[in-house]
Amino acid sequence: MKLVFERSVPGRGTAYLPEAPETTLDFPLRERPLRLPELAENQVDRHYTELAGETRGVNGGFYPLGSCTMKYNPAVLETAANQPGFTDVHPLQPDESVQGCLEVMRLAERYLCEITGMDAMTLQPAAGAHGEFTGLLLIKAWHRSRGDLARTKVIVPDSAHGTNPASAAMAGFEVVNIPSDSHGYVDLNALRSAAGPDTAGLMLTNPNTVGLFDPHIAEITRIVHDAGGLNYYDGANLNAIMGIARPGDMGFDVVHINLHKTFATPHGGGGPGSGPSGCKAFLKQFLPGIRISEENGMLRRAEAESRIGDVRSFAGNFLVVVKALAYLAMIGREGVTETASNAVLNANYMMNRLKDLYPMAYDATCMHEFVMTLEQMKHDTGVSALDMAKALLDYGMHPPTMYFPLIVHEALMVEPTETETMETLDEAVDVFRKIMEEAKADPERMHERPLTTRVRRPDEVKAARKPVVRYDFGT
Amino acid sequence: MNFPKELKYSRTHEWVRFQEDGTAYIGITDYAQDQLGDLVFVNLPAAGDSLQAGEAFADVESVKAVSDVNAPLSGTVKEVNDALADAPEKMNEAPYDAWFVLAEEITETDGLMTAEEYEAFIAEEG
Amino acid sequence: MGTYVPNTKAEQQKMLESCGFQSFDEMYACIPEELRLRKPLELPEGKTELEVTRAAEAAARKNRVYTTVFRGAGAYRHFIPSIVREVVGKEEFRTAYTPYQAEISQGVLQSIFEFQTDICELTGMAAANASVYDGATAAAEACEMCREKTRQRILVSATVDPKILSVVRTYSFGRGTEVAVVPEKDGVTDPDALRQMTDAETACLLLQQPNRYGCMEDADTAAEIVHGAKAKLIMSCNPIALAVMKTPGETGADIAVGEGQPLGLPLGFGGPYLGFMAADEKMMRKLPGRIVGETTDMNGTRCYVLTLQAREQHIRREKAGSNICSNEALCALTAAVYLAAMGPENLKRAALTCHANAASLKAKLTESGMKPVHCRPFFHEFVMQTADEAQAERILAALDREDILGGLPLGDGKILWCATEMNTPEEIGRTAAIVKEVLQA
Repeated sequence: MKLVFERSVPGRGTAYLPEAPETTLDFPLRERPLRLPELAENQVDRHYTELAGETRGVNGGFYPLGSCTMKYNPAVLETAANQPGFTDVHPLQPDESVQGCLEVMRLAERYLCEITGMDAMTLQPAAGAHGEFTGLLLIKAWHRSRGDLARTKVIVPDSAHGTNPASAAMAGFEVVNIPSDSHGYVDLNALRSAAGPDTAGLMLTNPNTVGLFDPHIAEITRIVHDAGGLNYYDGANLNAIMGIARPGDMGFDVVHINLHKTFATPHGGGGPGSGPSGCKAFLKQFLPGIRISEENGMLRRAEAESRIGDVRSFAGNFLVVVKALAYLAMIGREGVTETASNAVLNANYMMNRLKDLYPMAYDATCMHEFVMTLEQMKHDTGVSALDMAKALLDYGMHPPTMYFPLIVHEALMVEPTETETMETLDEAVDVFRKIMEEAKADPERMHERPLTTRVRRPDEVKAARKPVVRYDFGT
Repeated sequence: MNFPKELKYSRTHEWVRFQEDGTAYIGITDYAQDQLGDLVFVNLPAAGDSLQAGEAFADVESVKAVSDVNAPLSGTVKEVNDALADAPEKMNEAPYDAWFVLAEEITETDGLMTAEEYEAFIAEEG
Repeated sequence: MGTYVPNTKAEQQKMLESCGFQSFDEMYACIPEELRLRKPLELPEGKTELEVTRAAEAAARKNRVYTTVFRGAGAYRHFIPSIVREVVGKEEFRTAYTPYQAEISQGVLQSIFEFQTDICELTGMAAANASVYDGATAAAEACEMCREKTRQRILVSATVDPKILSVVRTYSFGRGTEVAVVPEKDGVTDPDALRQMTDAETACLLLQQPNRYGCMEDADTAAEIVHGAKAKLIMSCNPIALAVMKTPGETGADIAVGEGQPLGLPLGFGGPYLGFMAADEKMMRKLPGRIVGETTDMNGTRCYVLTLQAREQHIRREKAGSNICSNEALCALTAAVYLAAMGPENLKRAALTCHANAASLKAKLTESGMKPVHCRPFFHEFVMQTADEAQAERILAALDREDILGGLPLGDGKILWCATEMNTPEEIGRTAAIVKEVLQA
């Protein structure tokens, strides 16, 4: 495929704006030419149509990317958000002129609090990791407000997403990694010895990153609370349990939610997401972003009294929030539970149909995702999880998440989501079984998969050793 | 695999080439580069930084992993091989030419092994 | 009601039984009973799409969309060619995940590579990343890139947008970095104060161009002072102004960041927006977030991959420079499509028209009786003085009645005005007339 710059011809273009009026710029000007593409609109359109053709969206087929919750993104969400009454509103308009926006935010906060069992929520964080950072700063601010400066450590299980330790480090905490036990649960003894007067908090995903609900969760949060720390809930896997159980009832004090996972807003090729941070009432005073109150029927924006400061400009990824609220309005109370139940059912259904051929990392009822391990296969035949994932591409299927969590070797993590039909799951199972046969018949060939895509396996070493990160105009 | 006799080796797979003037070059062993796979980048310390035996002083990157490189001795960084950053493949191709730092004011050198000892050590470890 | 679960109750039962469960309740047996939510959530019942659409429309109608806007302060109304929304609405771009599987993601990977090139061209820098959340977080991340063991103090000019300063402070609260504000003098960074405050412990200076008052800073002098102490210069720039102004690259800045919203993104009550970040060659590997690089596949075909991943949280974990995972990819695509459509000529027209309209608005408001606060070169924003807060409020209220969103009140009777290519000479004239009426009343 040609780059947009390779299609450019000097002098081409469409007049989108009238010529500028005479004006004099009395500040230093750029001297180097501005080498943006010069294309007819038709070319622009075709260029991106070609790029779209080599991009895989959720509608392109089954997308069982573990820990990413690639559910269907309903079309009505776009309709709801793409109204001029939302898109063309300036964030610094007077309160009276943005009552609709504030109403959307207030409702979204209320519903998300109810689902997570929290008392307050900020919509300012722009993504999950951003929500983690925000939540950890709430914990930091709380300990400080009590004069407790000794709490410098955050406990993170070794199965955690990389964002957890990275967020803790950004919030200025030292990370204490604790091991998981043989079931993938938090090792209670390790937690007991790690928790102490220097513990600021614990970060946990539950269901955890191997797809299991940790049955000791109440004991875990109690250990941390008894040591004087707070419990942080990473909402990455909320899709499995919403309406079934709530982090707030499990002993968590702070949560973040990924609207772009659980609440069906599209991933956009990597973003924008939205990562609201919720907390119990005693942390509310530290929340960043806009706090909404009502005075004489008018919604007003204010700031929390001891806020940690902003984590982003303005109110957050507002248009993403509109989409999540539309989704919640559609599915409603019963739909929340039905969504979670069927996400878990679809995962168990697939796991049960694969477990005779693919070793599961843990032998238990899974939640919304399950982890297979190809360690033995790699050892016996040299065929890796990567090889198997790439073979799926030849059948038009998006591979599962590879090599995560780190505690499972040669991991493939499958998350079907609730929006897939039984037929799709059956077809996917057939493909998984077929590539296993292929791998056994000709292991060597697997290292070359995929065979059918225009672009084959890229040379990542070359890309990283001598990085080329922009087009070379040649002059 | 190649383990030159004139070098000393640490249990965390670094080599040391002691110079007559009391300084020493430090790098990673052939075994280390083989285990790490294709290396794409190295984070080096700055001249003047202190080295603490057994503690990380640099890290090396492959495409999908980062690994600490530990100081095999205590001392001070006299010189840094900046050229390595532009040619990370040298760590794979010629690990004993691809020195990371030249150390001076060396104090602690305990526990370093000879080539024979190191070879026996990795045979046992692997 | 409006469920997106496709399987029928009968199918669900069949699937449950195939897993050895009689009921959903049994499937969830691993969750201890005392933690089960045994009451319905306090949420409304599900609705049909018709009802939800009506509700969304009703909420949107409660917002006011002004015909005329003279307010900026970090969010700007610009013309967006129709093709931008059409392209960005394509399902593949909208619903794809991060392109970890390069073989089936060349479209999105190439679009990011093109975006990175666009940002390098606009800023004059060597390397750009695939985006961060917004301009403020871009500035905060840039400050973190500059922090070194012996350099832990971040200087931020008082002329930087307060929202950006707030975010830089929040991020610094996390890391424990010190933030010092360099005072302003006559609407720009005070060079003498800057010289005094810059020392061997200074990590960097964050400078905004044009600054929060719309004034153009003397970035060359700032660069000379900061670099004299071996600290770094970060320039936070308006991307439309970059079409005409001296670039951070030409100024010798180490990092250029900015809010990419003006590049084809709607105001959207504040988001999603787009933080762009670019660095010189030496700092490329410190850039946070995703970066796409060019390489070849096993057949020698040119292709693109996510590269330099060992910097990122999923590999480096607590040692990563940033925790960023999700970014604003679709907004970056929006900016790339906007720039591909506009090309250098239209972008330059936008920039020049912004300036011409702002100059005209400033002149007319001055004729109407307002006083310019600063006498400096500016791009498309400027501050005017009224008698007091009450008068400023009366002016804005009078404009509001005429469906005009006036400038942003800054306190003390000061108002920050902004004009873009969206404003017409007629709007500017009418606004000046209304202001005159209020001032003479």
